[in-house]
Amino acid sequence: MIQVTIDTHPIEVEEGTTILEAAQRLGINIPTLCHHPALEPYGACRLCTVEITQNGRSQLVTSCNYPIRREIEVQTASEKVVKGRRLLAELLLARCSNVPKVQELAASLGVTQVRFEPHDELCYLCGLCVRVCRERIGQSAISFVGRGVDRQVGPPFLKFSTDCIACGACAFVCPTGAIQLKDITDKEPRPLLSEFDMGLARRGNIYIPFPQAVPKIPVIDREHCLHYTLGRCETCEVFCQAKAINYDQEDEFLDLDADAIIVATGFDLIDPRTKPEFGYGVYPNVLTGLEFERLSSASGPTMGEIIVNGKKPKDVVFIHCVGSRDPHTGVPYCSRVCCMYTAKHAHLVRDKLPEANITAFYMDVRAFGKGYEEFYDRVRHERILYRRGEPSEVYKRGDRLVVRAEDTLLRKSIEVEADMIVLATAVTPRADTAAMATLLGIERSPDGFFQEAHPKFRPVESTRPNIFLAGCCQGPKDIPDTVAQAKAAASSAMVTLSRVSRSRTA
Amino acid sequence: MEQPRIGVYICHCGFNIAATVDVEAVAEFARHLPGVTIARNYMYMCSEPGQNLIKQDIAEYGLKSVVVASCSPRMHEPTFRKAAQMGGVNFGRVEMANIREQCSWVHKDRHEATEKAKALVASAVAKAAYLEPLEQREVGVTSGAVVIGGGVAGLVAALDVADAGYPTYIVEKSDHLGGRVADLNRTFPELEPVSDWLPSVIERVQEHPNIAVFLNARVEKVEGYVGNFRVKVSERPEPFSVGAMIVATGYNVFDPKRKPEFGYGRYPQVVTTLEMEKRLAEGNLTVNGKTPKDIVFVKCVGSRDVQLGNPYCSRVCCMVSAKQARLIKEQLPDSHVTVFYMDVRTFGKRGEEFYDEARNAGILYRRGNAAEIYRKGDRVVVRVEDTFLRRTLEHEADLVVLAVGMEAREDVTDIAALLKLPRSADGFFLEAHPKLRPVDTAVDGVFLAGCCQGPKDIPDTIAQAKAAASSSLIPLIRGKVPVESATAVSDPELCAACGMCVDVCPFGAPSIDPVWNVSVVNAVLCKGCGTCAAICPSKAIRLQHFTPEQILAQVDALVW
Amino acid sequence: MQVDTLELSQKFNLYGCIQCGKCVGGCPVSMKTALDVRFLIYEALVGVLPDPTHMEELWDCTCCFTCVERCPKDVKPAELIIGLRSLLVESGTIPKTVTDALQGIFRQGNPLGFAREQRADWAKDLNIKSAQEGCELLYFVGCTPAYDLRLQPVAKALAKTFQKAGLDFGTLGIEETCCGNEVRRVGEQGLFEMLVEEGKPLLESTGAKQIVTISPHCFNTFKKEYGLSGMQVSHYTQVVANLLEAGKIKFGGRVEKKVTYHDPCFLGKQNHIFDEPRAILQAIPGVKFVEMDRIRERSLCCEGGGGRMWVEGTNMEERLAFQRVQEAVETGAEVLAVACPFCLLTLEDAVKVKGLEDKLRVMDIMELVNMAL
Repeated sequence: MIQVTIDTHPIEVEEGTTILEAAQRLGINIPTLCHHPALEPYGACRLCTVEITQNGRSQLVTSCNYPIRREIEVQTASEKVVKGRRLLAELLLARCSNVPKVQELAASLGVTQVRFEPHDELCYLCGLCVRVCRERIGQSAISFVGRGVDRQVGPPFLKFSTDCIACGACAFVCPTGAIQLKDITDKEPRPLLSEFDMGLARRGNIYIPFPQAVPKIPVIDREHCLHYTLGRCETCEVFCQAKAINYDQEDEFLDLDADAIIVATGFDLIDPRTKPEFGYGVYPNVLTGLEFERLSSASGPTMGEIIVNGKKPKDVVFIHCVGSRDPHTGVPYCSRVCCMYTAKHAHLVRDKLPEANITAFYMDVRAFGKGYEEFYDRVRHERILYRRGEPSEVYKRGDRLVVRAEDTLLRKSIEVEADMIVLATAVTPRADTAAMATLLGIERSPDGFFQEAHPKFRPVESTRPNIFLAGCCQGPKDIPDTVAQAKAAASSAMVTLSRVSRSRTA
Repeated sequence: MEQPRIGVYICHCGFNIAATVDVEAVAEFARHLPGVTIARNYMYMCSEPGQNLIKQDIAEYGLKSVVVASCSPRMHEPTFRKAAQMGGVNFGRVEMANIREQCSWVHKDRHEATEKAKALVASAVAKAAYLEPLEQREVGVTSGAVVIGGGVAGLVAALDVADAGYPTYIVEKSDHLGGRVADLNRTFPELEPVSDWLPSVIERVQEHPNIAVFLNARVEKVEGYVGNFRVKVSERPEPFSVGAMIVATGYNVFDPKRKPEFGYGRYPQVVTTLEMEKRLAEGNLTVNGKTPKDIVFVKCVGSRDVQLGNPYCSRVCCMVSAKQARLIKEQLPDSHVTVFYMDVRTFGKRGEEFYDEARNAGILYRRGNAAEIYRKGDRVVVRVEDTFLRRTLEHEADLVVLAVGMEAREDVTDIAALLKLPRSADGFFLEAHPKLRPVDTAVDGVFLAGCCQGPKDIPDTIAQAKAAASSSLIPLIRGKVPVESATAVSDPELCAACGMCVDVCPFGAPSIDPVWNVSVVNAVLCKGCGTCAAICPSKAIRLQHFTPEQILAQVDALVW
Repeated sequence: MQVDTLELSQKFNLYGCIQCGKCVGGCPVSMKTALDVRFLIYEALVGVLPDPTHMEELWDCTCCFTCVERCPKDVKPAELIIGLRSLLVESGTIPKTVTDALQGIFRQGNPLGFAREQRADWAKDLNIKSAQEGCELLYFVGCTPAYDLRLQPVAKALAKTFQKAGLDFGTLGIEETCCGNEVRRVGEQGLFEMLVEEGKPLLESTGAKQIVTISPHCFNTFKKEYGLSGMQVSHYTQVVANLLEAGKIKFGGRVEKKVTYHDPCFLGKQNHIFDEPRAILQAIPGVKFVEMDRIRERSLCCEGGGGRMWVEGTNMEERLAFQRVQEAVETGAEVLAVACPFCLLTLEDAVKVKGLEDKLRVMDIMELVNMAL
């Protein structure tokens, strides 16, 4: 351990610690431009220069890469240092006169005049991009090319790089926005889409799914994270102050003894592409109900504004029964919740877009629950037009969409133009239901959901004793019915457990 | 007084508060309030990091009280109380300022909302300076549950509670168990007879060692609170105690005479779906001695009718109509069966398929709300517009079945009064939360099962009954329940034993001690309503957590 | 004429409509007219309502308000029809007979084309005091009973009954003017408002505590649309039934007839007064009372209301009144009792056209009362 003093504050550090690291531990701020905690220090910008004194002699060194090997006295803001910094700032400002970060730096050092000819560069050759691509990403797709005044950052021969994997790390670390992917590669970067936001927003490889996630702890996408795919990066580990990142975490397999099992595995929604006539996936303004939920959520990708294709829609159409009640899609049953959530969505659109024309196409309106019919009355009074007829097709006309249907009450075929179409997609059993059923030894009904012991009289028991069903894994249902059924399953489990505990104490 | 050392936390609640209230300004304002040691603002105070802020600050700054300005205490008071407790500050020293439901959600002007939030926070901080610790109390739970109603809901709920090992008492008004399901013939979608299942359930109830059944009985009086209800049943001379109560009183059938245009009661050809059940069970579908050739179902009779006062949907009638139509067609294959409807709500499991099968069996579904029925010879005529044909029909029929809806029972007011249960606008009992608490009521320890909470079919009734059972089992299995901590306390030095507190208390908590001649408040019975504290002329009774100093401090802070 | 369907939808609260068809199913004329109010509502909602100018069927509506009474979503379909009619009134494209009637009301206070000064002629021998002198009960006669020779006996019978009962009553004499019930219903909102503006103070100035009408139409508009303060509005059947119950009038004679009763739409369906007329009839000694099938809330409209006294309507070959009198005959009744001047005229007309004079006589309840008093 070596004793040093920085601005008269003493600190003991291990040999090899840089002055910058030591200063940071003391909470002393030394300005830097080319330093990055996850990259090897480069010493390019020279801003971190400090004055060290040892054995009576002083010299100026860059604190970011100077390893402490013996006792030294450091001054981070001596007259010499400050003078040097000011000149650096002036030079930088001359090169990059319109870069906000440089302007801020100059202002903080009291540099107001620039004696040199001003230029309008964005890049100040800090090398962060080059270093991240080399050290973390490991592709070395870009480097410094040219010498002297011609030095710049770019791929070999300034042609599109074949090594670049379009990860965007260079653009991410660049402090000025000087580097653009399109200058390095012709590959299209493919953003990772947030599953929670239904693909309407992006996320990183390490991410927290949404602000209210429980637990609110980041998770790593093993499929795309560079550590797992290329054995590289690991930048997150550097930043995590709690040292919580463990790349070697594996799934734990636990052996649990249970007297009762409650299956609450939920549901999936049908891929709207199974009804290609609605143009989902072809037209960007055709959404599913769940996508609309994200759009209307205050913490969603648009902060709750209904914006599609960059515009607020004027004509909105809701289509019920997309995939449900349809033997062709393998979903002959009713999905039970769509009539009500469509009414809710229509109400939300009306709330946010008071002048929009809102039409809901239906076959039957199934507002059967407590307060549901009254809600249906309410949304109609909000000038939401319910038209009877299941639409047949959606196609484009100019930059608008057209919904083609027969209005069975008008007895006429109609075309309704729309800027946004929301599809109420069918509720289906989860894709792994068959596997779960085999695993648990329980049966499924013809509709694919788990089978109750008796459809009428034993709605929460599966076909196997002491395995109970709760929620949509048994069939589509709304929240109050799910909660009731879940508590019912709990009750059955309580009975089992009571029996077991009584027989044990007996 | 020692330094209050109050920690103030202003929550953004995402955009719910922060979009309207300038939370940073409020935090800055709070920083300068008297007694405040630290003031912060954070995205989601209720989240784990938010709670950790509180715990860390308590440790680091030695906080004595905590003020959280966020949503309604009804949402997260328990959360913050627990966080403070875990951090080392007694939960009684936590005060909340509701700047969401009472501020950001009801005001649009940012400046006004921010000023109001500041006032609310100042008020909460002023009170926090006077907060005292509270005691966490629990009482034991009497084992057992009372189930009011011996229909399907009551039977199923009782069985689960009894199977779990607790004594259960079923109080049934009529002379038999089984309720309305006992009157049914076959049920959809399996078309199995009720007699295949219900009698075995009733038998299991009757033979269950843990279940006592009182027939021809009513609940006359209920006193007490969750864990300790004292119940007086008419058929039992002595009152008895239970830990939980389940209300499963069922529903009334709509009387179609209230829709005189259908001629029910005038024409023998017009019957209700319930009457049809009996006929189907008996196999007797004749009308006036003849086999009907043309049968019509009229749906939504007494439901979805704003003018009648029943705007709600009765949920089961679409399936009942489809079921009976199919059974009729089975028995009379040459008959014409038509169902007139506004919507077809066959939403349940196997429901849509059942509807498909009905149509495939030749039952005609025509969209139009039947308007009138009148006589023509020995037939009746149903006047209805077929909205798809756009034509009014005078449809002659031999038999018309009215799909009558469900209504709240007329004695629901008695039960509501007995148990202090609120009702929703449709007349059925009101659940504690429409989405997340479908079987709980506003009264702790009293749960709802079946159609008394709203129309539903048998599987949903059974699920709900079991849900009510599971809710009841929680206090029963735990053996104890928490009781209100912020109760009233009487100062014997100030009390003059005038007895006014005893008179006004709705829960019978205070009493005059015969030896010391002062008022003593039973902390277990006390619910913390504060009526006694308000009326006490000598201010001997004070309500913890709402003392005069605290409330006056709040008022002063608001009026500054 | 371009109709602002958005305005119509909002003004008449059409958004509540779920297109169930209950209105049209119960509409008495829907079997024989192109008028489909449900469809009109839908066209308005969807914005494809055609120009109503040449919709002759709009004049078929009798304003019986069965649709209003039965709508499960409390939309008032008949008000839409009245609303469309008022658009036609504004554009001046209404049937000439309606125009004539309205002009008569405007000029002479009655649609029948008689002079105002003759309005009290029917009562000249009856010594009825003027209500302006102050009275407990204001006897509002109505245009048809005042001028129509067939109805004047009813007016007289009622006056005599009041006198026999010793009631302190008076009439407005020639000051009385049309109540305007039919005026609003044919869409002449401006004239209606004028009638109310002048009529309301006139009625209230008498200081009477109660106003009684012969016609259920006058009764309906006074009760629901005039906003009379401090006055109880009654139909004569209510007053006479009360008098009978209180013993203020007694029947001396007998009427040996089999009698059936037709519920007028404006009395029965719209104001739920079913029992009082029956109580009166059943109290008359000698009367054998029989009910038809379509009674009370399901009474078959006579097609006299909603301006139909002034407009033939489409498809008049199949008058509902024909069906009605046939139904009465089938009960075996000799007398078809009514309590409305329009019902009396339309049903009597039907009897004549169908050649049923020797089988059935159409009489107002007061005529029967008069026979027995």
